[in-house]
Amino acid sequence: MSDGKLVPVPNYRVGDRVTVRKAYPLGHIRTPYYIRGHTGVVERVCGAFPNPEELAQQRDGLPAQPLYRVRFRQEDLWPGYRGANADVLELEIYQHWLE
Amino acid sequence: MKPGAGRYEPYSYFQLMEVSLRELLVDKGIVTEDAIAGAVRAMRERGPERGAAMVARAWVDEAYKARLLADGSRAAEELGFEVPGLKLIVVENTPQTHNAIVCTLCSCYPRVLLGLPPEWYKSRPYRSRMVREPRKVLAEFGLKLPAKTAIRVHDSNADMRYMVLPMRPAGTDGWDAARLAMMVSRDCLIGVAVPQLPKKSKTRKSR
Repeated sequence: MSDGKLVPVPNYRVGDRVTVRKAYPLGHIRTPYYIRGHTGVVERVCGAFPNPEELAQQRDGLPAQPLYRVRFRQEDLWPGYRGANADVLELEIYQHWLE
Repeated sequence: MKPGAGRYEPYSYFQLMEVSLRELLVDKGIVTEDAIAGAVRAMRERGPERGAAMVARAWVDEAYKARLLADGSRAAEELGFEVPGLKLIVVENTPQTHNAIVCTLCSCYPRVLLGLPPEWYKSRPYRSRMVREPRKVLAEFGLKLPAKTAIRVHDSNADMRYMVLPMRPAGTDGWDAARLAMMVSRDCLIGVAVPQLPKKSKTRKSR
């Protein structure tokens, strides 16, 4: 959690539909390529963490970014996905990557 | 023998950085060589016993299980395991849902509870295939799930770390936590295996 500074209020709540930004900035990015541009549902809010893209540049990463676990349907992610249609994939997305 | 084996190789950039930092810390009296060697040894020797103990405890204690699923790190501390900085999420297998863990970006893993990750966990094939064809990958591990079981893959891509809470096998009524823990392998905690009753003969396989 951030150190005494204001923790930003999360913009999204559990159950909200969110779309991952489809952007390709350079640098240390924790948003995998395969998930960019896809829409899922917030599974939980994990708290707020310093922005890793900033930390990688030796900066403080503040203000901390709310971090969400987002659930995606596998059939939405991979064309021709073979498996149960209830199969899902969950991963963590920082707020500035969501819209 | 590989060509070049045994030949002198200059340090790589990061090896040089590690050695320089370590020597400086020792020279300045901040740490000792023994303390560093001890920490490295402890890390290498650590296995999945802590994670297995947490699972076994959850199997015999419903209230602990609820706390484990609500806050994995605190539940680890409750059993006396120090987990500095770890944000652990425990995901529960049920008859309807099987969970499996991967880190597609690197090899994030709750080392403090499970020990060092296996080589395959860090390999590109596992990391790239587990997210897009988990059923096939699990079958290659020998885990064939019913078609109606949903698979939930967790990509450990940021600040959280993950551990699977497998289902307690049938036929273990009355077992105590210590005995149950022996069935919980590292692979069960990653989600590429499920706990099995010990076979009559010894056919333990490990990778």
